[in-house]
Amino acid sequence: METMFGIAVDGVAYGMILFIISVGLSVTLGLMRVVNLAHGAFAMVGGYIASYAAQEAGLPYAAALVVAVALTVLATLPLERLLYRRIYGSANELAQVLLTIGLTFVIVAGINYLFGPTLKRIPLPDLLIGTVELGPKAIPTHRAFVIAAGAVTLLGLWWLLERTDFGIRLRAAVDDPAMAAALGIRTERLYLATFALGTGLAALGGVLGAELLPLEPYYAIRYIVLFLAVVAVGGAGSIFGSAAAALALGIVDTAGKYLIPSFGEFFFYAALILILFRWPHGFFKGRTA
Amino acid sequence: MTRTLRNALLGAAFGLALAAGPAGAATIKVGVVAPFSGPFGVVGKSFKEAIEVYQAEHGKTVGNDTVEFIYKDLDQPNPSQSKALSQELIVKDKVSFLAGYFFTPDALAVAPLIDEANIPCVIFNAATSAITEKSPRYVRTSFTLWQNTVPLAEYMAKQGIKKAVSAVSDYGPGIDGEAAFKTTFEKHGGTVVDTIRMPLKSNDFAPFMQRIKDSGAEAVYAFLPAGPATLAFAKAFNDTGLRAAGIKFFGPGDLTQEPDLPALGDAAMGITTSFNYSRAHDSAMNKAFVAKHKEMFGSYDSVTFTSVGAYDGVHVIYQMIKNGGGKIDGAKAVESVKGMSWESPRGPLTIDPDSRHVTQTIYLRTVEKVDGKLENVEKQAFPKQPDYGYKLAK
Repeated sequence: METMFGIAVDGVAYGMILFIISVGLSVTLGLMRVVNLAHGAFAMVGGYIASYAAQEAGLPYAAALVVAVALTVLATLPLERLLYRRIYGSANELAQVLLTIGLTFVIVAGINYLFGPTLKRIPLPDLLIGTVELGPKAIPTHRAFVIAAGAVTLLGLWWLLERTDFGIRLRAAVDDPAMAAALGIRTERLYLATFALGTGLAALGGVLGAELLPLEPYYAIRYIVLFLAVVAVGGAGSIFGSAAAALALGIVDTAGKYLIPSFGEFFFYAALILILFRWPHGFFKGRTA
Repeated sequence: MTRTLRNALLGAAFGLALAAGPAGAATIKVGVVAPFSGPFGVVGKSFKEAIEVYQAEHGKTVGNDTVEFIYKDLDQPNPSQSKALSQELIVKDKVSFLAGYFFTPDALAVAPLIDEANIPCVIFNAATSAITEKSPRYVRTSFTLWQNTVPLAEYMAKQGIKKAVSAVSDYGPGIDGEAAFKTTFEKHGGTVVDTIRMPLKSNDFAPFMQRIKDSGAEAVYAFLPAGPATLAFAKAFNDTGLRAAGIKFFGPGDLTQEPDLPALGDAAMGITTSFNYSRAHDSAMNKAFVAKHKEMFGSYDSVTFTSVGAYDGVHVIYQMIKNGGGKIDGAKAVESVKGMSWESPRGPLTIDPDSRHVTQTIYLRTVEKVDGKLENVEKQAFPKQPDYGYKLAK
């Protein structure tokens, strides 16, 4: 019983971290129909900025987090203008893949050149060090914080996309860009804002997830399969779908590794195959939000 | 085209320059195959820096001959690529020695080549015991997992630890480590209550921590390849309260290699490892070695076990050239360094005539802060440790 509880807690914690680093991709892939393979690279850029801000500039954790998200968004907005704008729309899938994977390689090489190949860390504030007792099970405080941050992000995004004017316009623009434009919605601006939202979430995930997925230049390529798996299982563009997928995969992976470690990643990918077999479009079929 | 032309011209000019030099002088080439780019690029960098340090200290010539190093980039384990690059070095560049090799499969792949071409291959790293069994022309100046693990397991047993658990990455060296640990620890009266093999690509280590906790062990022996996984493992060990619960953490020194220590941060404090080299090794020779890196490259942050592997490897190559009096015959060259002893920045070394692997002192170290920088501080030395794994595996 205690073991089951332990697996559940660890699984949920891992799942929430998966959620927070993948949800940005769900936004770009689902809402903008862009296969953004550079998502991992954006997350990594956010992480590196936070690491630099905290270690070299001496900013506190919270400030470093804000700076990282803001700077990543600022740095990637020109990319939207110059590159991404040309590849919107599902007719351009091959161009999207080629462009974004190329961009990833450029960012990997750039980070490697600027910061070197060694691991970087984002020092945690004292408040987030240590463990929280949950009955018989102790989980790291940092992880509890990430779970809370994940829950807030989940609710915030749901509210933004379902309950605000912005969300209504965005969904309209995605469903029928021509009609939305004819009604006077400035789709270009909307897309720019959504792209910013996606990269901002990527950076947030990169910083918060850095304890689990340590920062190094190959981060961008190493973990992209993980992000894509979560989005594919969850259903692109579905925020709740991503959360459900991340939790399911997190729990399956944790249970598998605990019970039969030598099977490795088997359970993770077996779950992936089975879920996609049953729900080919993911848990929540790609509705707009 | 222009490039070929330029190379040809350069070659001609070089040839003329050589012909004009003292009689009998030649250039002896050494091909170095290692990762110079990609996730393991830091390894190639440390090899190259150590080679340059050695040449700065000992000169670029042996007798009348100039020693020249040619570097080939092999960014990840890839045996066929390793073989192709090595063949190119032998056929096209006419190297007299092969050296480097970070990953075991890459080193194994060249065995038929070096036998056919009769060229000595000095391995700077690849640490699986079985490699040197595959060809009599291999010489290795690094370490093996058996070599590091046996003294560590003995030490743990002597500390009165009765129940231990091993947690290793599920691949060649990890399994070597697990076997070495289990055999030695049980021989000295301990019990290995669980052997956990973790997938190489694990991100989340919480489930393994739970398993370690549930096993009721007093100590854990862990081996993972240096890199992000190691960092996550050490962090998880602290974060899930295993350290607070008093479980002791041991492992080979790959876990706490110097370039990763800043990222590990305080999570690394107190981890006890056994290894053949610590940057903080207290000897005049090591201080000079580290200082020379700082002088030549502005920083000694990259100095770690791969640095001494390369540095001592170059020393062996220089010695082979010396012994041959300028003539290189692969089999004879290897023969001539069997039993050779010398003093290295890491301590005294001897090439075991049988295994052609270095017999060396293995140090027990604990991670501590020295002048505000995390270092592996040596606590105890186990002199003259051979490769216990040689000819053991089937």
